Amino acid sequence: MALDEQKTDGFKYVGTRPNRPDGLDKVTGRAKFGADMSAPGMLHGAILRSPHAHARIIKIDTSAAEALTGVKAIVTRADFSKNIKFAPGSKGATWSVLENVMANEKVLYDGHALAAVAATSQLIARDAIKLIKVEYEILPHVTDVDKAMAPGAPIIREGTADSSVPDGYHPNVVGYHNSGHGDVAAGFKEADLIIEDSFSTEATHQGYIEPHACLATLGQDGKGELWCTTQGHWAAQKICAALLDLETSQLRVTASEIGGGFGGKTTVFIEPVALALARKANRPVKLVMSRSEVFRATGPTASTSMDIKIGMKKDGTITAAQGTFRLQGGAFPGAPGNFTAMCAFAPYSLKNVNQIGYDVMSNRPKQAAYRAPGSPMAAFAVESIIDELCNQLDLDPFEVRLKNASRKGTKASFGPRFDDIGLVETLEAAKAHPHYSAPLKEGQGRGVSCGFWFNFGGETSVTLALSLDGTAQISVGTPDVGGSRASIALMAAEELGIPYEHIRVTVADTATLGYNEISHGSRVTYASGLATIKAARDAIKKLCKRAAIKWDIPEDAVKWQDGCAVPSGPNAGDFDPIPIKQLTATMGATGGPIVGHFEANPEGAGVSFATHIVDAEVDKETGKTSIIRYTVVQDAGKAIHPTYVEGQFQGGAAQGIGWALNEEYIYGEDGRLQNSGFLDYRIPLASDLPMIDTVIVEVPNPGHPYGVRGVGETSICPPLAAIANAVSAAAGVRLRQLPMSPPRILAALKVK
Amino acid sequence: MVEVNLWSGLRQHADGKDKVKVEAKNVGEILKRLVEAYPGLKPQIDSGVSVAVDGRIIASDLTEPVYQESEVYLIQQLRGG
Repeated sequence: MALDEQKTDGFKYVGTRPNRPDGLDKVTGRAKFGADMSAPGMLHGAILRSPHAHARIIKIDTSAAEALTGVKAIVTRADFSKNIKFAPGSKGATWSVLENVMANEKVLYDGHALAAVAATSQLIARDAIKLIKVEYEILPHVTDVDKAMAPGAPIIREGTADSSVPDGYHPNVVGYHNSGHGDVAAGFKEADLIIEDSFSTEATHQGYIEPHACLATLGQDGKGELWCTTQGHWAAQKICAALLDLETSQLRVTASEIGGGFGGKTTVFIEPVALALARKANRPVKLVMSRSEVFRATGPTASTSMDIKIGMKKDGTITAAQGTFRLQGGAFPGAPGNFTAMCAFAPYSLKNVNQIGYDVMSNRPKQAAYRAPGSPMAAFAVESIIDELCNQLDLDPFEVRLKNASRKGTKASFGPRFDDIGLVETLEAAKAHPHYSAPLKEGQGRGVSCGFWFNFGGETSVTLALSLDGTAQISVGTPDVGGSRASIALMAAEELGIPYEHIRVTVADTATLGYNEISHGSRVTYASGLATIKAARDAIKKLCKRAAIKWDIPEDAVKWQDGCAVPSGPNAGDFDPIPIKQLTATMGATGGPIVGHFEANPEGAGVSFATHIVDAEVDKETGKTSIIRYTVVQDAGKAIHPTYVEGQFQGGAAQGIGWALNEEYIYGEDGRLQNSGFLDYRIPLASDLPMIDTVIVEVPNPGHPYGVRGVGETSICPPLAAIANAVSAAAGVRLRQLPMSPPRILAALKVK
Repeated sequence: MVEVNLWSGLRQHADGKDKVKVEAKNVGEILKRLVEAYPGLKPQIDSGVSVAVDGRIIASDLTEPVYQESEVYLIQQLRGG
């Protein structure tokens, strides 16, 4: 899309801050989330999960459970498709989902599902689960990424590696990425100072407050209905249909309101199980995960082990950079070693760079996407080294980042040249922010970091139907995870020239629109927004045609202005403007309903950068860290609804604070998760957080009619590094392992 | 002919080359010709790649046009969270 088609100023509605249309429903409890739906004759489901990290299933005896009064159906792997075959790497993605949803020959992690019950009450279903007898042959297990790659480590599944993995690696190494350019060895020779160090991060959960929940109906005729909390109901439809041998179109999926997803609700866990139970019992089945099940069996992010080496001249020029990123993604392929590597050095214009990423399997739950998968961990390692180089060379961290910053035309560390990007603008805004020059007290430290994410477009379909009274109903296919109904209504209002309040945006079910890609990759305001603008323009074209007929002039002699059809110029004729309301009131008599459509796969998402500043205070007696002040500066391209853009910025920082300071999956020697609840897995509370200040930078994305870039993910890229740099400065010792929990800080202070 | 840059990990399947020239008018043709010339690339391309054309990352649309002077990079297939 050429820039001359782009509107970047003169907006009437875009950039304003009206209340979100779903706000009242959500604060009054009227909004229906995953667990809020019921059906007549509904049964309740429960899932039996493995207590072992790795074991062969010798026998499952369900007879006692079946005999329990109130039990209506029990399913195991035998009740799912037998047509899905194992294949290496991502070619076996559907098989991996099936195997994760319901184990077959082996259980692969603590929490792996292996049977499920539907009963007349939740209590009976849970009792029935306890009556299922399973005979296991316990196998050796491994949960640590470095140990899982080492010779002699227990093999999770032989033959899973794809063709990217060179010979000689352990079978648990299932994906390999190597990219870069220049001559790294020669670059290091030019450096005045080289720092090489190793870092690690633990797996963290996305921590959405709403657990997975669904209500399924599936008849013997293969027709089904599924209500579920998901980031993508078309994807859920596709996968569930495959896992149960259904025709896709016969399964209608409706997305409930969603209480957080952050990438973790981009796949299915319980939905196929509820459908299988419903089919067997011939009754609706509701399944709701407990928090413990969410932790044990749904996607945390990958854990990492990383080695970074960067060379710098005395003037701050980076001469070479090299990184190795090992990502543990649970018992299936898919850990984003590739993205981690590709994002690692993206903020910097480098002559010599090389990055290697590994996807490693272990006996842990299948990792799922978590906001900018892989990028936050990479930034933690790389930006820690940049910080250390600045410290040792006595250079200002912003000056160094500006000196080396990627700009338009820079050859990215992952290959192509950047188009219009806003990294420099975020760095300059951060440097000029009062936060950066504010004095620090004793025991406090300041850290800064940049972060990068790609963003994504994806298949998108939108319908905009005009009502008789001139208001508009928009159907989108992307679940609203962050206020997108508001931003979509604002963009439609801008195009149609009608008030925001005259527009209702509905997240439509899978029977209503064409395929819509999941709400992921920060794509919704970009892609559904672009589709809404195009659908509105399609409707406007039809409105102009109705006016042209009325005036008896050519269609192209009519244009749309402030909610009215008007003659396009003096030669078109002298007619009074016709407001939208008049055109829609008579549409039945002038050609029928007026509906705008847009279906496409927009490919211009535009990458995004952010810069964060953090002040931290470390109590050297207890090791406790407090975040004193936090500022997020990020390029949004164009902020459609600034309040929700700021909300995304703040949310990324808040989750980053948890990830950096406290959150971690803790496994015992037995391979069992030790902290599957919010008491022992500590996400930040409001009382743990300072006011998180935000600065919206707007460098228009050439790929969107208004310049929008996705903002949902980039905000979690810099926090781990910025906080680590602040804590390291406050503690006077470099922290190389996340989370920087009090015991780790005390240990680091001890060896200082 | 369009010059296609391969990431280092792909070079083992393309006779060690980091750049390959193919006759193509769009992204889909690039991928088809690459597999014809280097069958070893097929598993990676089948399992999904994105293509950056003049800095714009084409995540999946095979109909996006490319030109002789286009700067083309294969990159890992994008997804997000």
